[in-house]
This record gives sequence, structure tokens and C-alpha cells, in this order.
Amino acid sequence: MITNLAVEVDNLSGQRLELCYHCHQCTAGCPVVGAMDYGPDQLLRLIALDERDTVLPARDIWLCAGCYTCATHCPNEIDLAAVMDALRQIAVANGYAAGERDALLFHRLFLSVVRRLGRSHEATLLGLFKLLARAPLLNDLGAGAGLFARGKVPLLPEWSGRASAEVKRLFEQSAKK
Amino acid sequence: MNYSFYPGCSLHSTGLEYGLSTRAVFARLGLELVELRDWNCCGASSAHALNNTLALTLPARNLALAQMAGRDLVIPCAACYNRTKNADHVLRTDPARRREIESIVGFGFTGEIAVRPLLAVLYEDYGPARLAAQAQHSLQGLKVATYYGCLLVRPPEIAQFDDPDDPHLMADLLRPLGVEARAWSHATDCCGGGLSLSRSDVVYGLVTRLVERAREAGADAIVTACPLCQVNLEMRQRGPAPLPVFYFTELIGLALGIPEARQWWGKHLIDPRPLLRSRDLIG
Repeated sequence: MITNLAVEVDNLSGQRLELCYHCHQCTAGCPVVGAMDYGPDQLLRLIALDERDTVLPARDIWLCAGCYTCATHCPNEIDLAAVMDALRQIAVANGYAAGERDALLFHRLFLSVVRRLGRSHEATLLGLFKLLARAPLLNDLGAGAGLFARGKVPLLPEWSGRASAEVKRLFEQSAKK
Repeated sequence: MNYSFYPGCSLHSTGLEYGLSTRAVFARLGLELVELRDWNCCGASSAHALNNTLALTLPARNLALAQMAGRDLVIPCAACYNRTKNADHVLRTDPARRREIESIVGFGFTGEIAVRPLLAVLYEDYGPARLAAQAQHSLQGLKVATYYGCLLVRPPEIAQFDDPDDPHLMADLLRPLGVEARAWSHATDCCGGGLSLSRSDVVYGLVTRLVERAREAGADAIVTACPLCQVNLEMRQRGPAPLPVFYFTELIGLALGIPEARQWWGKHLIDPRPLLRSRDLIG
């Protein structure tokens, strides 16, 4: 079966990428474009050209901070944040190593904590992230200690009542078919 | 007036001062906040990054809880508000998705309750004039940059909050209390959000720029309405004289003369007390 990245992204994101005429507003407003390799509008062009092996490993899709500046200013009302989400999901589903390994790790850890507890728990999340991330272990030691000393990183997770069991079920039933 | 309250995961942890000051201010103003029982995480950025369905079902469960409680839902965290309002929007406008979400979460969406950000509730339901009338201390002398970040205002058709390019609700609430809200350029520019751990270098860059612009505009402090922005702004400033970062509810609490306010300042990573003392706002 022949698949085309543009069609996959259109379908998953619900956006019509073919409407893009490369005015570059998205790239011009993107706060993290300086750290990206291509930038939003170039990514759209690469998607249109079905360059999946360029797009899906790109760090750009993991650097997107989801700020919606692009989506808000696009004259063709393309929600590029939704496109970035679709690209992340397609990359993961197709086994591409994340262009920003720590960003994907963070999302996975965050969700695994929520799945267990029904709510986030910073202490567990931070602990696991520090152990597993490539970012240096000792980064933020001072700030972390500062937050902890001020009671802002509770060691015990909150009791969330029925949320814990019900959220597990939501995860199971929301999983991709 | 009473509301259902969705604190979100950070209000009892990294956003502690926000939670404390919100409750204290609402209690003083006679507005009742009833925390949603057994609420769950809204999914934040991680859910929508990895699974579109989960990104809807997680906040939809909270909508189901709020619907059962029968009161409008007030949300202090900008990200939680954005995710929950987004789910609400999809439930209202996409019949196929709605059936799928309803079946997974196990409820029938009625659309009766409104999802509202904290800032809008104070502004619309209480109002700046009434708030000013309750103030016991003027905050005159405090020059701030009011910072909204991204998710409270964008995308506009979801957030439906204020003017997405030039919001003014925070300034409108704070000005009558004596605060000088300086006009500045970066009120809705991104702080880097969830990249704080995975690419802290990017966040340092964005925060540095935000703080420079705030200083240029003559602000002594930044005031915000999002717990992630606040923690990024406090953790990722460099240099010897960082700018303090308040939650808008803390300044309101200070003006209202709420005694517990003195417990909030020590919770900040950047101690705001020297600034407050220099303006004679605390002892």
C-alpha cells in the first residue's frame, strides 16, 4: 500500500496542509525556531514532498512548545500545533528515534505517572527523568533543592480517590487501535 | 456565588502560592470554590503530544465531574484551562468525536456548565471596581509587567479569553489597586513551557528575553497567571538581580490585607520581599 506522509498528517491532524502557500508567518512567530533544523513552514513543504525520513526524525517536532502562535496567525487557518502533534504520533508509531530524546522521555514519564496515580507527581517524575535523561544529572540541583525546601515537591503523591482507577481505564480505552 | 474548582496537578506543588492565594482571595471575597472530587490530570502537553484521544478523554472526565456537580468550572492553571476548554469545544462541535469520548468516559455531555479561567471569573463576576472597594492597602509604587503566556489566550477560538494579542484583564484588575502595569511587548510570548527539563537551554533563552523586555519597560516584577510560566520565570533567570515573579492573586491578596499573604513570599524561589519592603508594601 502506498502511503503519503501528507495524507497521513492531514488525516491525523484534521488540517489541510495543501492550503499552505508559504507566507512564513508560522516560522516568523515561532519562539523556538532558533533551536530547530527546519522551522514550521519548511516542515510543511517537506511533508508535501513526502520526505518522511527527513521530517519524522527531525528535532523540530519535539521542540515545538505547543504555544499556538503559528496556528493563530496562519492566514489559511492551518493548526500547525495539531500538525506537530500528528508528526510526533506518526514518528512514534513508526519507530523513529525522537529527534529530541529527552522531550519524548519526559512525555512518556509524565503519562506513566498519571496513568498510575490519576494525577501528576513531580517528585516521581523528576526523579525518573533525572535518572533516565541525557541532560546532566546535576542540572537544577540548586533549584530542585529550593523547591523541595519550600514544600513545593511533596514526596507523597496526593490521594486522588476514584481518579486513579478510572484514569487507568481511560488510558486503556484511549490507546491507539 | 459558587463554583466548581479544578486546581490541576501543580497547585498543590510547584504552584503552591497560586493555590494558597487563590483560595484565600476567593474566601475573602465571599466566592465559594468547591474542589471537584477525585479530579484527574488534564493531560497537560504530554497527552496531546502522544495520543489525540487521551488528550480529550482525560479532561472530558473532569467535565463529566463538573457536570454532575452542576456549577461552572473555574480553572486557575492556563494549561489545564486550555486542555479542558479544548475538550469542551470538541464535545460541542464534533458529533462523532463526542460519541467516542462519551462512550470511553461514560457520560452524556450536556454542555450546561461553562469552563472559565480564574482571571476571567474575578474580572467578570466580581469586577475591578468592587475589588478595589475591598482593598485595604494601596499597592502604589509597584511597577509590573503583566504576563499571560500562551495557553490562556491561544488559539483564540478555543481560549475565548480577552484580546489574544494585547490582553488587559490582569492590568484592569490590578490597576485600581494601585499597581502600575507597564505597557510591554512580550505579554503573550512563550516561556518555553514543558521544555523546561528536556531543553532548559531553550527556556533560559526565552526567559532571558522576556525578563529583558520587562525591565526595559520599567517593570520591577512580572505578574503571571500560569504556574508553569511562573516556575520557568523563577528557575531560568540568570544574573545577580533577578526580577521577582508574582501570581496576580498574590498581589490581590496583599491589597486585600489578607494576613496569610506573608506566608506566600517565602515560597518563591526569587524572594519578592526586598522589593515589597522597598515600596513599603510589607513591614
